[in-house]
Amino acid sequence: MIEFRSVSKRYESDALAVNNISLTIAPRAVTVLVGPSGCGKTTLLRMINRMVEPTSGQVLIDDVDVATRNPVQLRRSIGYVMQNSGLMPHRTVLDNVTTVPVLQGVSRKVAQAHGLELLATVGLDAALAKRYPSQLSGGQQQRVGVARGLAADPNILLMDEPFGAVDPIVRRELQGELSRIQSVLAKTIVFVTHDIDEAFLLGDQVVILREGGHVAQQGTPAELLANPVDDFVADFIGRGDESKHLSITERDGTRLVVDARGRVAGILAAEDGHGLAQ
Amino acid sequence: MDWLNKNWELVIGLSGVHIGLSILPVVVGLAVALPLGWVAFRYKKIGRFLVPASGLLYTIPSLPLFIALPIILGTSILDPTNLIVGLTIYAVALLVRQIVDALGSVNHAVRQASVAMGYSPWQRFWQVDLPLAGPVLLSGLRVVSVSTVSLVSIGSVIGVTSLGYLFLNGFKRGIPEEVLVGVIATVIIAFIFDGVLVLLGRLLMPWARKAQS
Repeated sequence: MIEFRSVSKRYESDALAVNNISLTIAPRAVTVLVGPSGCGKTTLLRMINRMVEPTSGQVLIDDVDVATRNPVQLRRSIGYVMQNSGLMPHRTVLDNVTTVPVLQGVSRKVAQAHGLELLATVGLDAALAKRYPSQLSGGQQQRVGVARGLAADPNILLMDEPFGAVDPIVRRELQGELSRIQSVLAKTIVFVTHDIDEAFLLGDQVVILREGGHVAQQGTPAELLANPVDDFVADFIGRGDESKHLSITERDGTRLVVDARGRVAGILAAEDGHGLAQ
Repeated sequence: MDWLNKNWELVIGLSGVHIGLSILPVVVGLAVALPLGWVAFRYKKIGRFLVPASGLLYTIPSLPLFIALPIILGTSILDPTNLIVGLTIYAVALLVRQIVDALGSVNHAVRQASVAMGYSPWQRFWQVDLPLAGPVLLSGLRVVSVSTVSLVSIGSVIGVTSLGYLFLNGFKRGIPEEVLVGVIATVIIAFIFDGVLVLLGRLLMPWARKAQS
């Protein structure tokens, strides 16, 4: 369990990036921090592994204040996946994946054997192991980034807009893959994005942040859609958005889901469960 | 070719000496400039002073420097140490700025990632920053190596024998071939140094070429 206690962050003389946030993040679930740029979501994420130190307040992991832990050891115990993968361009794919175990002193041979398994886990061919990151597509690089984040088998995985820089089709694939991996591994994932659809797709819990570093609302996607606390949240989750107002219509014997403007959003799942749902 | 046929042993011998005198300033210069460059990169306030100050060293004229050094170092005027120290100073002058630029060329996201992975600052420098700064650093090192090889010739004026001896002697005795051989031999050594550096770069940084392809 990760807990933020009255955490604030001020960068130099600027306004507060994070303003007195208290937040509890459930273990073994995906919590998504979502909000417009400048809402402090990445700052909040980076406080967990001490890449950012709070100006005031505490961050606790399993009731231990992270400020009392050695930052280098702490970071090795927490997986981290970032936008544009952040892979080391001078190391092969396999060396990138095994970075943290090797830093922790695991023998290279053991780490590499495990690394190859991880490549398979994230859906990459073992033939890519000896390549350099620049020889991979953006989507493949991002998969390597996920494998690297999982390599030391951390309890916590921090993901900072990991799919922000890949094209929509690949993003869809990667999101699906992450859901699949999470259903097997059940990590405590903290995921940062500015994309509300991604937040609702992946998040068990969604924390909506607003400019100035405040929490606007926190809840499950269903709770947020059903009961937005204010106009900002309603607006941000697109409740006023015509594409989110769906109704059912029948055409040529197929029941379709259409939005307020009559555009098809999907097919209604058949009651026997064989249909497609979107 | 007459002169060369009679004196090729001298040319080979002087070339060996020339190479020996050229290697040390480049290696020591890099070793001295590396920590200075890192400090200048890491602490911008110090860097604002350190980078221009080191650059100024390059404006010291070489002959007065070689004459002043024995006084400063307490060495004999004919000691090759004077030449080596002088050329090391020039190497440092060129390399400090180059190292700052090279470290600055490292992708910020990659550096952030290395922090997030849990590299200690020491590991980060040797395993991430320095290798990734390699290509820019190498280009600076190539300039320094060529400039050092040519500057070693000046040592002959202050009595430290090198291929420069052939220019001086050739001029004095009016043998154009001797001067020419001195020039060509110096150029060949400069090319060899450059080639060795490029080769080292390919061996140590195979990723840099694959990234381009």
